[in-house]
Amino acid sequence: MTIKRYFIVVNGIVQGVGFRPFVYNLANSFDLKGNVHNNSDGVHIDVEGHKETISKFLQRIEHNPPPLARIEKISIREEIVKNYSFFEIIESKKTFDIITLISPDIAICKDCEEDIKSSTNRRSGYAFTNCTNCGPRFSIIKALPYDREKTTMNEFKMCKKCARDYSDPTNRRFHAQPNACQDCGPELWVEDNEGNRLEIKNPISFVQNKLADGKIFAIKGLGGYNLVCDGGNEAAIQTLRALKRRPFKPLAVMMKNVETIKKHCKVTELEEELLTGIRMPIIILDQKQTYDLPRVIAPNQKTLGVMLPYTPLHSLLFSDKLETLIMTSANVNGLPIEYTDSAARKSLSGIVDYFLTHDREIYMPIDDSVLRVVEEKQTIIRRARGFAPEPFKALNMRDILACGPTMKNTFCISKDGFLFLSQFNGDLENLETFEHYKNNIERYKELFSFSPKVIAHDLHPEYLSTKYALDYDLPKIAVQHHHAHIVSCMFENDLERKVIGVCFDGTGYGTDGKIWGGEFMVCDRKEFTRVGHLDYVKMPGGEKAIKEPWRMAVSYLYKALGTREDCGRLFELYGEAAEKLTKFLDSNINCPQTSSIGRLFDAVSHIIGITDKVTYEGQAAIELEALSDIEIQEAYSYNIIKQDMYIIELYKMIKEVIIDKFDGVSTKIMASKFQNAIVNLSVSMCTYLRRDTGINEVALSGGVFQNPYLLKKISQNLKKEGFEVYTHTHLPSNDSGLAIGQIIIANSIIGND
Amino acid sequence: MSAITLSHGSGGTQTNQLINDVFFKYFSNDILNQMNDAAHLAIDFKKLAFTTDSFVVNPLFFKGGNIGKLAVCGTVNDLAVSGAKPLYLTCAFIIEEGFSMADLEIIVKTMAEEAENSGVKIVAGDTKVVEKGNVDGVYINTSGIGGIYEDVNINCANAKPGDVIIVNGTIGDHGMTIICERNNFGFEGDLSSDCASLNTLVDRMLEVYNGIHVIRDATRGGVASVLNEISDSSNVSIVLEENLLPIKEEVKGAAEMLGFDPLYIANEGKLCAFVPEAQAQQVLLAMRTHPLGRNAAIIGRVTNEIGKKVYMNTIVGGKRLVDRPSGILLPRIC
Ligand SMILES: [Fe+3]
Ligand SMILES: [Mg+2]
Ligand SMILES: [Zn+2]
Ligand SMILES: [Zn+2]
Repeated sequence: MTIKRYFIVVNGIVQGVGFRPFVYNLANSFDLKGNVHNNSDGVHIDVEGHKETISKFLQRIEHNPPPLARIEKISIREEIVKNYSFFEIIESKKTFDIITLISPDIAICKDCEEDIKSSTNRRSGYAFTNCTNCGPRFSIIKALPYDREKTTMNEFKMCKKCARDYSDPTNRRFHAQPNACQDCGPELWVEDNEGNRLEIKNPISFVQNKLADGKIFAIKGLGGYNLVCDGGNEAAIQTLRALKRRPFKPLAVMMKNVETIKKHCKVTELEEELLTGIRMPIIILDQKQTYDLPRVIAPNQKTLGVMLPYTPLHSLLFSDKLETLIMTSANVNGLPIEYTDSAARKSLSGIVDYFLTHDREIYMPIDDSVLRVVEEKQTIIRRARGFAPEPFKALNMRDILACGPTMKNTFCISKDGFLFLSQFNGDLENLETFEHYKNNIERYKELFSFSPKVIAHDLHPEYLSTKYALDYDLPKIAVQHHHAHIVSCMFENDLERKVIGVCFDGTGYGTDGKIWGGEFMVCDRKEFTRVGHLDYVKMPGGEKAIKEPWRMAVSYLYKALGTREDCGRLFELYGEAAEKLTKFLDSNINCPQTSSIGRLFDAVSHIIGITDKVTYEGQAAIELEALSDIEIQEAYSYNIIKQDMYIIELYKMIKEVIIDKFDGVSTKIMASKFQNAIVNLSVSMCTYLRRDTGINEVALSGGVFQNPYLLKKISQNLKKEGFEVYTHTHLPSNDSGLAIGQIIIANSIIGND
Repeated sequence: MSAITLSHGSGGTQTNQLINDVFFKYFSNDILNQMNDAAHLAIDFKKLAFTTDSFVVNPLFFKGGNIGKLAVCGTVNDLAVSGAKPLYLTCAFIIEEGFSMADLEIIVKTMAEEAENSGVKIVAGDTKVVEKGNVDGVYINTSGIGGIYEDVNINCANAKPGDVIIVNGTIGDHGMTIICERNNFGFEGDLSSDCASLNTLVDRMLEVYNGIHVIRDATRGGVASVLNEISDSSNVSIVLEENLLPIKEEVKGAAEMLGFDPLYIANEGKLCAFVPEAQAQQVLLAMRTHPLGRNAAIIGRVTNEIGKKVYMNTIVGGKRLVDRPSGILLPRIC
């Protein structure tokens, strides 16, 4: 058999992920000769051997690459045989340019976990152990190309042993940029709450003991500081809640291992895969009968947000006695996550008992990601650690910055055929978060050598992200909020042609200046036609009506019942305040009109008697969903009127809810009948729209589709009617996926100019 | 003669009667009484301040005042806060046919009292009557002339980092009273307009320290909009402390109910003064000796942060931008 020589170029996330040693070892195992090196346009492999062997070699590269690699393209050309005598890794070409693809931070791998747990390994107990398959990336990179000098690990010089690991192609730590050990790497220590370093031999066992005593720690993790306490200690958790000023919003927990999680929660195969995979996000799991953690962790919930220890530091914190830790980002009441030591000390010293900190600087702050599995499919609620800045592919894009929404902000930039969606930046409600947002945009610009040519932003004139956008002296494109939601769903499902868009959302600014959020549209990636929506109702007090659901309840009741006289029994429910509110509604002062489903949820959940005052976004909807039973089929009525578009009226439903309420029907039944009405009206609307337009594809988006009950039932029932239903998998359906829609729409609009 | 008719504005005998029986009866003074086409004024100041304002408030009568009081105070205050001694006012009435003569008389009487109280003379006037429906009751325009104190330099562009910001009392009283009375919400309670002439208060402030950098009355758009204008003109940032803002409980309650922020609600007897830190206490104490400054309070300060922003350290923690009012309140949160 004759020897052949091929020159192969592999593109994608192939650098800094152990690709060259993988190729080296693979080539040797097939007895192939040649070499491999990093080049600005990817990994170059020059290989000689039998044709069949090389094709097997290629198959292995394509189908079983290193866990962190993401291959975009492999190109091959034949060359004249050189008769190489061995296979080697050669120096990277000095023409080395910018690599646009940066790996997200990766959770600790099995091998590293073994290293730190084994008493004989030289990295035993070392909190900053990592290898090419795991460890910090995005959070420590200051500039590209990705090598140690350009990360916050540049402070640490590798010891001889580490340097040997680093330069040995057969070693798991070959070119692992943050490679370190206790002799040469970052150090861990404990401070009291005044910032005094404590002289302790073994900080980990000190922390374990104090946690067991009910103390609260600020722990410097991967992307920022976390507030941590024992997940079994109700008093400690209550204290932590008070300190964080977060009375009801569920707290995330970190558990020792999957076995511990399974004691409290149901874990499906996909959920286990996501929990233990390379990203290790928080997964929202259903609680089991045997769940016996304090109720204060997730009040009024049937679910729990759980994650596994995703860094060696976290992994070391657990013991036989300490299996569950509250692990929530260290910030107070909506401020950005603390990530610098000085700021953390300043803002947390009055809050925590101790700090567990270290000297590896966090350059890019990043929160934990949150996922939930619905109908055996992942949905992303918060896309951050482990995901950002992994890009999405999109061809023929101009260089656009999409500034995103104001709540749950992410922004997005397009460069070189990729969309880089930023990590979750939080709600731009205060100056601190707004500054954090602006800083992160600057860092993305710098890191990706990006300068926008066009700015895309939401239509809402009062979003801080819109105000930020308007400061650019560049062409700007305003994108309607719900159109952007639907297009984000079209994008991730590769839909180009017109679809029926069902957008169920909280708040979005409409083209008529009203607040939309229960929208049916026919749209493509450029334009939309609003074809139906929930009938407008007033929001007495504007944002106040969002924070106090009773206002929406009275607004709906007043509209449903018509006159103040007819509201006799309503006033029994709400007392004097309701009568005042109806006068206020009559006055029309600060009573914006809304078609939002989020507000309908607020109203109904309040009438049913679930939510009194909202302390976190979506609380009413989340608590209502938690109470419902998907097996219940009964539903309340609705009415669809065809005017110039379809108007959905729910006043009959409101009356039925009151009747049920006065009849003493259980909240479970009321909550289910209400959601079933939403399901039914969605199916009716889509059926009308298919009849009108002939379109059979339906895209579902908007924050309300985080509600698994609605997502499940609406998709199932639409499918039963023969619709092609498209939902989110890789992008959040809430506002943190919006920037993708903005960027795609803006690009389509420019493209056709 | 219980209601205004179109002939009251026609220039004939009825007009004369109205002017004599109502306006001269109350406004009478040496200059006005000369009845020239224009008032002749002898003024002892090198520089004059000159301003005008129109008043269209609904309801015309409200707790704490009426449109007449407002028309005098508004113009007097505009003169006072620019470092001038208010001297003379003109006033022009546009009256709706059918308007109650008795109400008109109360309004004029109030104006005369307020002019007396603030030491200004009404030296010229005009009356027009328009058909029913063309105005809402009565509109009043007043213009005013004041003499600028020579040793005072008050200017919107004078705020300096380190300046302390003082208000002379509770904010949002006027706007909240008007909104609630107009709509009969039933949560008016003890709401009352703060409508008042501030010139004697300003005099007292300048007596103890004539180097005050900026004084502005916080009318339409409230304290927030005045501070934004000053931040722009002076090219400085401003930080407020939410816990220091003086707000009446009833204003707070009504604002809560309506989803309004008292910082953006109109005042008719409130000023913001920018005083260098070293003199701030002295000015504050002087203000507190005046009836209109009894609740004077320091609410924030000027910083040298870049970006000309006005923000507030909130009670719940964190900094909130206090943007220019946009005119419409639109929910943003999901
Ligand atoms: Fe949204
Ligand atoms: Mg004025
Ligand atoms: Zn590893
Ligand atoms: Zn080492």
